[in-house]
Parts: sequence; structure tokens; C-alpha cells
Amino acid sequence: MYDFAYHKPTSVADAVKLLAADPDARPISGGHTLLPALKHRLNKPSSVVDLSGIAELKGIRREGDRIVIGAMAKHKEIAESAEVQAAIPALAKMAGSIGDIQVRNRGTIGGSVANNDPAADYPAAVLALGATVVTSKRRIAADEFFQGMFTTALQPDELLVAIEFPVPQRAGYAKMRNPASRYVMAGAFVAKIADGVRVAINGAGPGVFRQKAMEAALSANWSPDAVANIKQPADGLNSDIHGSAEYRAHLVTVMAKRAVADAG
Amino acid sequence: MPQVTLSVNGKSHTVEVEGRTLLVELLRERLRLTGTHVGCDTSQCGACVVHIDGESVKSCTILALQADGTQVTTIEGLAKPDGTLHPMQEAFREYHALQCGFCTPGMVMAAIDLVQKHPAGLSEKEIREGLEGNLCRCTGYHNIVKAIAAAQDVMHGRRSELARAEAAE
Repeated sequence: MYDFAYHKPTSVADAVKLLAADPDARPISGGHTLLPALKHRLNKPSSVVDLSGIAELKGIRREGDRIVIGAMAKHKEIAESAEVQAAIPALAKMAGSIGDIQVRNRGTIGGSVANNDPAADYPAAVLALGATVVTSKRRIAADEFFQGMFTTALQPDELLVAIEFPVPQRAGYAKMRNPASRYVMAGAFVAKIADGVRVAINGAGPGVFRQKAMEAALSANWSPDAVANIKQPADGLNSDIHGSAEYRAHLVTVMAKRAVADAG
Repeated sequence: MPQVTLSVNGKSHTVEVEGRTLLVELLRERLRLTGTHVGCDTSQCGACVVHIDGESVKSCTILALQADGTQVTTIEGLAKPDGTLHPMQEAFREYHALQCGFCTPGMVMAAIDLVQKHPAGLSEKEIREGLEGNLCRCTGYHNIVKAIAAAQDVMHGRRSELARAEAAE
């Protein structure tokens, strides 16, 4: 790892100032993605801006028909939150399924969503639930936020502050993990919200995406059988030593069925 | 150089570190607490698990500066000054829960956190799931699971000491 300067601001405004003043500065939250990347010298920041001292980024609360989760909320906190368990149990369960106990004690939802790893879990929940990403500058709809592999609408000097999830009528999540790395090979998050039914697929493609054919089928008939015969095209899906695009395409249908069953 | 001040096993330390210094490097190379191991160095194997403010974490993937102001407990901080082992250490010995011993410090630290967070007790399945972040390449998991199951009864006061008859099975 190359050396870097370390800053620990106590407000979003100060953090944004540090990031704006130095194009090579990088924010760090749990660090469980950034630090391994730095060890491989894939990245050479001049400074890291530790967000853990910023109270505005913390906390989980219910505001009317929404659950608002601060960017620095850890996977463990989301998994154990009574508010999340009551309003969006599929999200609490997802948080409790990420990595291992030690990773869940450090990793944050803001870090995961801002990084947008194709195999990450949260982006599927954010997209399927039609959540709003609140930043230091603006509010971004989930449909505009995710822009493909490791790419989001966030600008370099823009910080993810919180995510607002509408409370769904029903929601479920299922994923197939790689048996060695435990990363998602293909996952599906299904949600019935006020605006209709939304289905988000993670792990299978270069980025999280909506499966519109399944959304239409589930709108007409909310049951695992409704998606059982919908085939996901393999074109554009990931193909690597862990599985071909065709295998992942097959998994998408299986995971969607399980996610609907999980939602009840 | 920036300074980090933290408590390790109840003793306060202030150390000059680089921005890139990892917590495990601070523990091993500066404080000479070499009980905490580095296995994979990629936050997968769990040999480096320590407690920060009572929570198990992987010290190879935390900057020393991120631990500023915290209370860190390592494997060296478990036994009493007179040498009496922590019930989890005692159980690992009693149940022969180690072969080469490389993963053991991380296993013990992870196991203590796991047991403390589940006062109602853990089933064998829950113990195995709880060890997802700790790898043993001697494949000694069976005895590790047995040791944790025995230690939880002692830690929660359901038994005053380990049932030695069980170990002889």
C-alpha cells in the first residue's frame, strides 16, 4: 500500500471540502473494499477522508412511510434494527447475509452502494424498492443512480449521506453465492411498492438491472409460478471461471422464484 | 507523522504511525503483540481477529488511525495475570481445538464475541455459521465447534468448569 495522508472530519461540509480540494482524495467508510484495493496498489490516493466521525451520516429511523438509513450504518446495525426488521424484513435479512460477522461489524451501506460492485447485495434492494439516494448535493432516484460496473451518478466531491427506502407491501430477496468466495453469482430482489412491482437482479450482469418481463408477470400474478417460465437472456451477462452467462441467466429465474416465495 | 492513541488490553499507548499503517501492523510490529496473526491479508481468513470496543473485527483491514480512541483486546489480553486461561482458551486446550495453531488466536477472539452476543446459547449450526469468517486449513473445525459449545456454558455461568468427561469421548 502506498502511503497517504489521513483526515477525520466531523461534518459532511468539512468532508466535502477535503474531497473538493484534492481530486486524489478518497473517502473511507468501513474500508473493507477500499483497503484491499489499496494493498494491491490498484489505487493511489493522496489522502483518505475517514467518514466515521460524522454524526450526520449515522443512524436508522422511520419517517412516515419511509425507512431512512444513514450512509455509515453498518451491516450489523441494519440487520439488527427493529425498525428495518418490522418495515422491510427482506432488507434486514440481506444485511445479515453479507460477508461474515467481522465484515458486518465494519462494512457500511453507504460504502457498498457508492462502490456499486456488481456482486454487492444492497444495490438490488435500493433499485427494487425504488429508494432515493440522498447526497451532500441532491436527491437521486435509484433508477438514475446505478450506472454499471463500479459506476454511479456520484461526483468526486459528492458524498452519499443517506438512503430513503419506501416501506413496501411485500419484498423478498434470494441469492446464489459462489461456494468459495461467497459473493453473489446471481440474486433477485422483488418488491411490491405503491408504484407497482419492481424486480432487480444483481451479481449476474456488469451492474444491477431491472427485469421488466418479471415485473409485468408479477404485477398480474404475484406468485413464484408467475416468473418460473420467464427466461433471462444471457446476452451481456457475466461469464467467468465461476459460471457462464447461460448459467447465470438460468440462476436469475431460479432466484426470482425464490425471492417471491421469500416475500410471501 | 500522525499519532494514534488507543487502549490495548487495558493499557494506553500513543504511537506515531503512517497513514497506511494497519491496526495489525501496529499491534505486531510496534507493540510486539505477535499473538494476532496475518494469514490472507485480505479480510477472508480471520487469523487477525481482535476486538475493538467489544466487537470482533479483522485488524488486517483497518487502519491504525481508524482505531484512534478505541479499546482493543487481543489474544494476549484474555488470560488473567496469574496465567489462568479465559474459558474459551481453556476449552480450546481441553477439546484439542487446534493443530498448527495459526488460526487459533483469531478463532478464539471470534468465538468469544459470538458467544457474548448470544446469551441464550448457540446451536452447533449457529456456531458453524458464526465461524464463516475464520478459516482453519488443518480442517480442525469439529473440535473447534465442540470447544465453543463447551465454553459458552462456562461463560454464561451454566457450568462452573468444563466437563472433562466429554472431552474424553
